[in-house]
Parts: sequence; C-alpha cells; structure tokens
Amino acid sequence: MRSKKELVIIGGGPAGLAAAIAAWEDGIRDMIVLEREHHAGGILRQCIHNGFGLHRFGEELTGPEYAQRDIDRAKELGIPVRCDTTVLSLSEDRVVSCVSQENGYEEIEAGAVILAMGCRERPRGALGTPGTRCAGIYTAGTAQRFVNLEGFMPGKKVVILGSGDIGLIMARRMTLQGAKVLACVELMPFSSGLNRNIVQCLQDYNIPLFLSHTVTRVDGRDRLTGVAVSEVGPDRKPIPGTEQYFECDTLLLSVGLIPENELSRTAHVQLSPVTSGAVVDDSLQTSVPGIFACGNVLHVHDLVDFVSEESFRAGHAAAAFVRGNLKSGKTVRVQDGKGVRGTVPQTLRTDTGENVRLMFRPDAVYKNAAVRVLCGDREVAKRKQMIFTPGEMAVVDLKADVVAGLDQDITVEVG
Amino acid sequence: MTEERVITCINCPMGCRMTVTLEDGAVVKVTGNTCKRGDTYAHQECTMPVRMVTAVVPVEGSRMPLSVKTKSPIPKAMIPKCMEELANVRLTAPVQAGQTVVADVCGTGIDVIATRSIA
Amino acid sequence: MTYIIVIGAGVIGCSVARALSRYQASIKVLERAYDVAEGSSKANSGIVHAGYDAVPGTQKARLNVMGAAMYPALCEELGVPYKKNGALVVAFSESDRGTLEKLLQQGLDNGVEGLEILEKDALRAMEPEISDQAVAALHVPTSGIVSPYEMTYALADHAAINGVEFALNTAVESVSYEDGIWHVRTDHGEETCRILVNCAGYDSGRLHEAMGGEPMEIVHRRGQYYILDHPDHMPFTHTMFQCPTKMGKGILVAPTVHENVLLGPTAEDIDDPLDTETTSDGLAEVIRVAALTWPKISVRTAVTNFSGVRAHATGGDFVVGAVGNGKHAYEAAGMESPGLSAAPAVGEVLSEQIASGEGLARKTEWKPMQKKSKPFNEMNAQERTEAVKEKPLHGNIICRCEVVTEQEIREAIRRPVGATTIDGVKRRTRAGMGRCQGGFCSPRVAEILAEELHVDMTEIRKGAPGSELLVGTIHEAMKGEA
Repeated sequence: MRSKKELVIIGGGPAGLAAAIAAWEDGIRDMIVLEREHHAGGILRQCIHNGFGLHRFGEELTGPEYAQRDIDRAKELGIPVRCDTTVLSLSEDRVVSCVSQENGYEEIEAGAVILAMGCRERPRGALGTPGTRCAGIYTAGTAQRFVNLEGFMPGKKVVILGSGDIGLIMARRMTLQGAKVLACVELMPFSSGLNRNIVQCLQDYNIPLFLSHTVTRVDGRDRLTGVAVSEVGPDRKPIPGTEQYFECDTLLLSVGLIPENELSRTAHVQLSPVTSGAVVDDSLQTSVPGIFACGNVLHVHDLVDFVSEESFRAGHAAAAFVRGNLKSGKTVRVQDGKGVRGTVPQTLRTDTGENVRLMFRPDAVYKNAAVRVLCGDREVAKRKQMIFTPGEMAVVDLKADVVAGLDQDITVEVG
Repeated sequence: MTEERVITCINCPMGCRMTVTLEDGAVVKVTGNTCKRGDTYAHQECTMPVRMVTAVVPVEGSRMPLSVKTKSPIPKAMIPKCMEELANVRLTAPVQAGQTVVADVCGTGIDVIATRSIA
Repeated sequence: MTYIIVIGAGVIGCSVARALSRYQASIKVLERAYDVAEGSSKANSGIVHAGYDAVPGTQKARLNVMGAAMYPALCEELGVPYKKNGALVVAFSESDRGTLEKLLQQGLDNGVEGLEILEKDALRAMEPEISDQAVAALHVPTSGIVSPYEMTYALADHAAINGVEFALNTAVESVSYEDGIWHVRTDHGEETCRILVNCAGYDSGRLHEAMGGEPMEIVHRRGQYYILDHPDHMPFTHTMFQCPTKMGKGILVAPTVHENVLLGPTAEDIDDPLDTETTSDGLAEVIRVAALTWPKISVRTAVTNFSGVRAHATGGDFVVGAVGNGKHAYEAAGMESPGLSAAPAVGEVLSEQIASGEGLARKTEWKPMQKKSKPFNEMNAQERTEAVKEKPLHGNIICRCEVVTEQEIREAIRRPVGATTIDGVKRRTRAGMGRCQGGFCSPRVAEILAEELHVDMTEIRKGAPGSELLVGTIHEAMKGEA
C-alpha cells in the first residue's frame, strides 16, 4: 500500500513526540508518528527514576511521568501515533517503508521526515573483551528493561563496567531490588555519568567506583562466574600485576550510547564520524532536503529536557519546510576547536534572524574554563563555566545579531 | 568539635564540589557552591539527608510491574525500610498514575505513589 | 531397540543421519549438547573449500572435492545460504611462490577446476584492498561460503522429517558390543542398537578405540575469530587466505553469506575441547596477522568475537568407514577442516557403505525438505506485502538490526529440530546477530520462547543448561528469595 503524508516522524519517544507537537502547533495536520514499540514514550518508559523535566517543567519527574505528559499532549491535540510499527527503510526522496501486524507493509511518501529513532547501547562485542560467551552479561539498558518493565531480576551479584548514567542508575536499582553490586569499573580517569548519580547511586550504597580500570576477562562456561579487573595506564591498556577478581553472576555494560542511524544511512544522510549522528544545520535539517533529525539519534544527550527543546525546533523547521517557508541562504560551517568534540549543528544559516544554540562535549575535564566561539580571529561569544566534563553536554548561545554578523566559518573551543 | 566534609552538589549538572564546615553537627560554613541552592543542599545533606525513592512493585493481573515513587524525598536512612514496606505491597490492576500505593511510608508522613497507569 | 544410533549431531552426524534416513531403519542421534551444531559446526570459518589443499589420494582430498561439488544443489534443496564467491591464496613474498605452485598442482591432481596463479596487478584489480606486499595468488573460483550452523540445522530438520529421532542433552559415557548388540551408556540411561555410527567430533578418537579401532589421537585445536558488522562496502568479495603453514590455513579475511566480515582463526592446541574462550593474545594475533592481507583493517565495527575447537587427528587424514571387525560399527572421525566441505560427501559415502554392508533397503518414499520461506530481510516490497498478508506476525519486527520477524522466530522454534534457547533462535533466524547483539530483542525473544515452549520466563536460557537469563522475579528478590 502506498500513501502520502505531509510529515512522517520516525520514533515516538520524547524526541518524536515533541517534534510532532511543534509541527502540529504550526498547523501541520497530515502527519503520523511511527513507533516500533507497543507504547509511545521511548526509553523513558523504563527510566523509572526521577530527575527528568527540571528545565522544561520546573519539577523533577520520573521517566514514565515525563513521557506521559507528551503522550497526553499529543493525544489531546489528536496527533496520530501508530505503535507496533517498524520503519524498514527510508529513501532519499523521502519514501518511508514500514510494516506492522495491523496494517501490513506500507510505503508512505512524506513531504518531510523527522528522524527521532534514539540511540542504542554499545554491546560487549564492540569492546573486544576476551573470555567466554556465557549468560549474565547484559547492557545496562537491557537489564533495566528486565527489571522495570518485565519485573525480572537478571542477577544477584553484579559488577558494572562503565560509569555512564544508565550503569549508575542500574547500580542503585539492582541494589534496591535486592542484588549486591560489588563494583563499578570505569576505563577513563573520570566518570561519564552525572555527579548526582555518582553520589546517589554509588556513594549512598557504598559501591566502589574504580576509575582507570577495566574488565580484562570474563569467566564462566554457562553463566558468568566472575570477572578480572585491572588498572589501566594512560594508554588505557591494562597494567600487568594490578588484576583483582570479582566473583559475580552478572556484568552490566554501560560503555556508551550510539545514535541509531541505520535508517539515515538508507537515505544517504551524511553522518558525522564524531557524533555518529547526522550532520545538520541550525534548523536540524540533514544533508538530505526535507529530512530532519533530533534527540539521541542526532547526538547523545544527557538530559531529556534538551532532547525535547531540540525536537520542538526540528518540528517547527519541518513544518516550515512542508509549507515552503524554511529559510535558506548563506551558511557558515561550525568546527570543533581545541577541547571540543561533536558540535551540533555543524552549519549555521546566517540570515534567519534567530538565536542559535551550539551543543558539544568537552574532550576532557576543564575547571574554571570558558567556551569561546571564534569567527576567524574575532571572538563572537564567550561563556565561563566552573567545570566542563565529557559527561555533561555543554552549550553556548549565539544571539541573532551575532549570527547575522558571521562572515566566515566559526570554531568552538574550550580552555 | 569541628569537621570538614567535601560533598558534590546534585542540584544541577554543574555538580559543584562544596566544602562544608560543621561544628558539633551544625553547618557553619559552605564554600564552593555557585548558587543558593548549593548552600541549602549542603545544609540539608550534612544534617538531614533526604532521597527520592523510586522502585517497581508487582501488580496482580499485569505482566508489567508498576513504577512508584515517594511523593517527596524521605530521610536517606529510611530507604531500606521503605523498600521493605514496598516488598509487602499487594496491588491489583487497574492502577492510576498518582494513586497512593503506600500511605505514610515508614511513618515519614510521605506517601508512595504510582508513576504510571496500569489498565 | 533402535536399529541405528549416530553419536554426535554436528554437521557430520546430521549429514550421515539424513543420508541414512533414506533407508528402512529406525535411527536415533545422541548429542551431548542442548542443540545440534554446538561443537565445531557452529564456530568455524564457514568455507566450502574447493579441494586444492588436501594431499592427493587421501580421504580428505576425495571427500572434500566430492562434497564441495554437492554444495550448490544441496543448499538450494535445503534452503541454506551458500555462495560461490571464490578464494585467493595470497603469497606475500617470492619465497611463498613454491607453495602456490604446490597448491596448484595438488588442486589439479585432486580435480579442482579453474585454478590459476594471478600476478600482483591482476590480483589488485580483482581485490583492490589487498596489501601492497602481496606478490601473487592462487585463484580458486570454485571456493564457496556457507553458514555452517544453518547447514547443520537444515540437515537435522530434513533427517527429522524422515523419522530420525534426536536425543539432545545426552552424553555418551561408554559403549560396548555384546551378542550382536551395541550398548550405549549415556548420562540418561542405556540405549541399545544394532548399528553404531561415531560422528562425535572431539570425542571421536575415544569412541573409535571403544568400538575396536586402533589407538587414535585427537588434538583439540582452538581457533579464535572476529566478526565485523555489515560494512558499507565489503573489503573483499573473495575468501582471502594466506599461504598455509603446518598449523593450518593461516588467518583469513572473508565475507560471510550474511555480509559480515570474518577474521580468523588462530590455531592453538588446548587440553579441554570445551574451552572456547577467547584470549587477549589470540584476538590480538587475529588482527595482527589479518592486517598482512588487509592493511586498512579496523575492528572498531566488531560485532563479536568467538572461538571454536576443531578435532585434529594426528594421523592427518579423515577416518571414514567401518571400524572394528564385523561389529556393525562405522565412523567419521578426525573431521577437522575441510570437514564442513566434505560433510555432504561423508553422508553419502558412509550411508551407502552402511546400507550395502548391512543390507538396508531403501524407503519407498523419502520426504523432501519443508520449503523454507525467504528471510523477511531479503524480501522485496511485493514479497513483504504478501508475507504479512498471509502471516500477520511478519508485521512484528523483533530484531531491528537484522530485521527478523516474530513469525520467523516462532517458526524457528517450531522447526522439526527447533530452537529452545536464545542462542538457538539467534543462529536459526539471526535475531541478536546484529550490531546491538540482542540488547533490544533478547527480552522479546525470551518471551516468545516462554510462550512457545510453555515454560516460565525464568527458565529461558541463553544456551546450555545453567545459562538461564534471569534469576527470578523482582518480588522474590525484594523478599530475599531469589
């Protein structure tokens, strides 16, 4: 079956819902949100801890509560969200092919497409950790799903590799639900998780955090029986003689999130090797006209509030594209300078008359430092911050008049 | 008796590292914070630490367990008792988000409520 | 009493059982593991060798060439992915030329067709990613690739369709021959049969002796591998071998039938045949040696690493035929590489020998393989439309990385020798084989398994008994009961 829609949004998590709401508010009615899971809400559904929404709603919500606000709003507006529907491919001319039990195989010609597929976790295979391939090794998110959405415990004695937020949150979850968490092991000399989580998920429960350490071997023929942990040197290679051994039945991996851009690839959307997400301009339009990207599929965020904010912008821009009103004109490129990785957006339109927010990750910890935006030799923006860490997305805002005055490519740097 | 404690502020992603000076258990000085909320948190954390508790509890008639939270933070020391009370909760579907699951948990005066609905 | 017992449900045992199922005899296959293809058959290079590297006149040479010739039609019949992608055996120094010449001559003697030696320019034109160090290569156009475990599953299914019984989780402890009857003692009690067939892989040497054969030594040789994600462009279309050494065929870089890149194997002699660990040294060696062939190698896109153990008979040749003296005992032992390539031929040759030696009569009807539908992932729009219309569960995509549907997973569990575990589903359908390695789909696959097998979620295993995914419910854990 082939049909047409002005706007197709791929993904019904916080990014897709926010984008849909924004586009609807701009008058787009002929739209659909396609969600592969049985419920909208995305990964927030399994993030039952609180701490979401402080920026957007001025209060701390749990994941399901945050998600429900957007679900309720979409419902109230009448936005069609079709669950249990998997998008199989997307073409450069914006034909979305998808399949569901209810509607079978379909192709939808879309006026515009918003990519909001989120991200996935780096699995064990990508780490190359040697040893056996036993049961008991899960990504933190898979374990979170088992506990929070299915009501099952994946193990009793746990070691966590990686100190990403999901890993830290799962350290507390597993402890509270009756498991013993022996250690959290982080390859880098700093944690990539939020401080609040290190305090409230590890320190509160006396779970040791081993920085500059890694798991060097996993043992157990059928189920995991233990892991070897070694300290690593500055080259991140294990230091001989530093091995300690933890007997455990579970290893949870929290070793990074990867934007899930398989569909973007089918549409030949240009991807950034740094963010693993699409290369976009300040309207969040990708290299393929009419295809926009927002949320964790664009770059991995720490805070859902920023996902929503970014996705509202994508929704407005896609609506403008559908109406033929999306401004285009002179652009400048945004480059990563010293201390900066993965600035988004990668290009700016200079003649929109709008403020622009640049987001990036520092490549290391910088204390009492500043982020600077340089246009050639000229400093066009600067913001001081007490601490920059790779675990926390940093931002710098450019006022509309500054953007209008950009006459060459700009560079963002931290130091 | 004077005591110094270094704690990490958790109010926002800044995560200010604060040095708190206590005399006989009372906070007399806080440094390292960038805003008023840090100061308030330091007082709270060093005298009467509190935490939100979130968990899941089984619901009869539902495959999916119910996610719950304390309506507001409870004393940190009460967390294990709170979980014990939650282990004894017996619920049956349907449950509405916001519905009280345990009233006055551990005598804190704070209710545990559902954070999603289960049909 | 069963008439024939086959010990071992690897690709050899399943091939022999399938070929024997043409005859009028009750047949039972005993397998130590929880599934078929759980030994060497699931963890090897998946190459259908053309037959140039076996010494002319050996069983290896004869059965390899014969088996390789059977592959295209057999895979078509059984619905197993196979591709004749050709191979290149690359020489990296002038001193290796002698080896290429020797392989060429062996190939000609063994009857391998189309062999030629390519010089550097022709080689680079054929495979532009090849190292600059390559000086020449033996081009082997008839070399192929196959999914070795899917081959084994299909052989087992076809055997089961024709009445062969599979007893899994059944380890053979000892065998003895008394008054014309074989007594096979297992960890699940005793079985008896008239004809005993040893296809026991790493254990084939022990059984060979117990069945009356001369002492036979089997060395357990472990090979470690990397599997890389589907690349945008395959670095090589051919299977890229390096000039062989006495430890084996060197480390290869090869496409798989599912368009991943395979690197490996190492060759390490180990004591415990079940020790399929990977090691940091072994994995480092794979990368270091494979880089000789592929200088731009990167394991950044690695999906997983694994190892397999092959049974190397120190005699050097396959041992296929009757064993002992008139005791109605047969075997296919020491089946290391090219055992996979030879498997179809081993099935034919050994079953014919058994049938004529034992006077077995052909069945009047030998049922064909169940028609396996094309994987949803490989269907075009029209086929997908039809597939979901006919079976709506094709509309539920469970594995997003490899695009596997709920229908396909349920069918894999319902096959004659069906999946009972997460890994069993994975190898039969590819659900969980992709870049997220089952992170998203394994909870759903576990649910489907629990439904199909009518067991509790907590009983679902990754693989062997003891590999349960879950330790209990949250409720039990909160109560301190889990």
